[in-house]
Amino acid sequence: MAKVLVKGNEAIAQAAINAGCQCYFGYPITPQSEIGEYMGAHLPKMGRVFVTAESELASINMVIGAGTTGAKAMTSSSSCGIALMQESISAMCCAEVPGVIVSVMRGGPGLGNIAPAQADYFQALKGGGNGDYKTLVLSPSTVQEAIDLTYRAFYLALKYRNPVMLLADGILGQMMEPAEFGEYPYEDPDVSTWALDGANNREPRNIVSLHMPEGAMEERTNRLFEKYQAMQENETTYEDFMLKDAKLVITAFGTVGRVAKTAIKKAREAGMKVGLFRPITLFPFPDKALHDVAENADLILDLELNKGQMLLDVRSAVFGACPVEFYGRTAGGLLTPDSIYEKICELYKKIDNKIEAGVN
Amino acid sequence: METLVYKRPESLLKDGHFTFCPGCGHGVVLRMIAELIDEFNIQKDTIAISSVGCSIFLEKFFNLDVAGASHGRSPCVATGVKRCKPDKFVFTYQGDGDAATIGFNETIHTASRGEHITTIMINNTNFGMTGGQASATTLVGQVTTTTPMGRKPELTGYPLHAAEIVSKCDGTAYCARVAITTPAQIRKAKAALKKAFEVQLNGLGYGFVEVLAACPTNWHMTPVDSLNHIENVIEKVHPLGVFKDITGEQ
Repeated sequence: MAKVLVKGNEAIAQAAINAGCQCYFGYPITPQSEIGEYMGAHLPKMGRVFVTAESELASINMVIGAGTTGAKAMTSSSSCGIALMQESISAMCCAEVPGVIVSVMRGGPGLGNIAPAQADYFQALKGGGNGDYKTLVLSPSTVQEAIDLTYRAFYLALKYRNPVMLLADGILGQMMEPAEFGEYPYEDPDVSTWALDGANNREPRNIVSLHMPEGAMEERTNRLFEKYQAMQENETTYEDFMLKDAKLVITAFGTVGRVAKTAIKKAREAGMKVGLFRPITLFPFPDKALHDVAENADLILDLELNKGQMLLDVRSAVFGACPVEFYGRTAGGLLTPDSIYEKICELYKKIDNKIEAGVN
Repeated sequence: METLVYKRPESLLKDGHFTFCPGCGHGVVLRMIAELIDEFNIQKDTIAISSVGCSIFLEKFFNLDVAGASHGRSPCVATGVKRCKPDKFVFTYQGDGDAATIGFNETIHTASRGEHITTIMINNTNFGMTGGQASATTLVGQVTTTTPMGRKPELTGYPLHAAEIVSKCDGTAYCARVAITTPAQIRKAKAALKKAFEVQLNGLGYGFVEVLAACPTNWHMTPVDSLNHIENVIEKVHPLGVFKDITGEQ
């Protein structure tokens, strides 16, 4: 297929359609409303389901209903709207209901603003919902990757019977760039062994998130964590950009990663050994790979459009193997190639000085 | 010669035992639902949606597929199921704390969309499972654990009349409030439930039946006094009746 010029939000919507998304439930919120508009224009014509829900509480629970039947279902929202879904994301993990949630982050906290930000890393990764649970979180940095990861999100949701979140930001949602819609590359797992379709010639099934008998909930949670462990082993992905000889390693997710690349290229031209480690799966986080990189680096610079959220996972993965610095803007403040380059120069001097002083 | 006149509905689990308090109304309603599913012969095509409260443990009673929902959201879960499986019979089973309080927005929007699902709402005018706190439908003056001096309108407002409001939604095909205080009322209640099933099965729209039910434990009354209380007090505030029936049949 040829490349087309497409807006991030619309690319995600079309990719969902290509992935076989049978139903979309959503409530409008900037900066992701084009996803719902696109679905509203296309799904009914295809005989698929589109419902404008009365709230994000409703839309995520409609996804749950669809998910219990084994259907590929999706909702999308932004920051404060995703906040309203947290209880049900926790319930989906517990009851093992598949579903895809697209989160296009805006500025916060509160209603914040409608500018791009990455301040919902904690929201996506560290709960907000109750209990011990993990949401699979995929982080695209380009429109092309948004398409590819939307495909992957639908596949992983069914494979693990778990909610999968595509965590994008307002830059990606609103940006147009050339991208290619390939074929949906996955073979979906059989849902007939667990989906609800009426107890016809079989024992009745239930998909619920309340498990009261003594020990039942701990046993269930332990089993769920074995599943999360399998995700860690099988699904962890990251991008390695010029890491091989890098003394200064930048960590960044989503759109910040692509901005950092421009600064890294400039730094390389100036003779500085800089590379990028960009997690693509935020859960499972590529902590082993990052630790290995940190062991061969002099310094890690974590860049985010927030006040330092992935930073905690970066530090945890690095575990003292090298120092970790942070540079971020938030709530619409942007990191530009120039500002990142300046930060690289400033920190690289420290590395050089240490080497000259024989500290390293 | 012996004739079988009474048997356990197939749609109830053989080894499922109701775990409700003595005099509670849930068991009567759950049995009627099971009987109707048997009578319509839709056991293999039914997906039940449970809610939160004493209405939660459907999978322990019904010989049916069950999906669970968070507090107040079962109409949304039902919407998702029904939109994906339009040939299945989908119903929600909720209490007043669920359908009329935390989830009333979902209730009226589901009704307004005319979803082809059926809601059975048990109204015992309090949060039963959590120990008898005031709900949206609690009567003025009613003593609950959160209104120990009785519900005072100046502090906590007035009871919400769920069936009357749901009946005003354009997508509602059938809407009634019934009681189960006497055998005659139970027969009428079953007829109302049957109607609410039929409007879904015939693709006409949303069916809603509010059932006034006793909660002797939290009302601190005997089961018999509880039934008298429904007839003499609650029905004055939440009157029985069919509030909407687009089939025009009586």
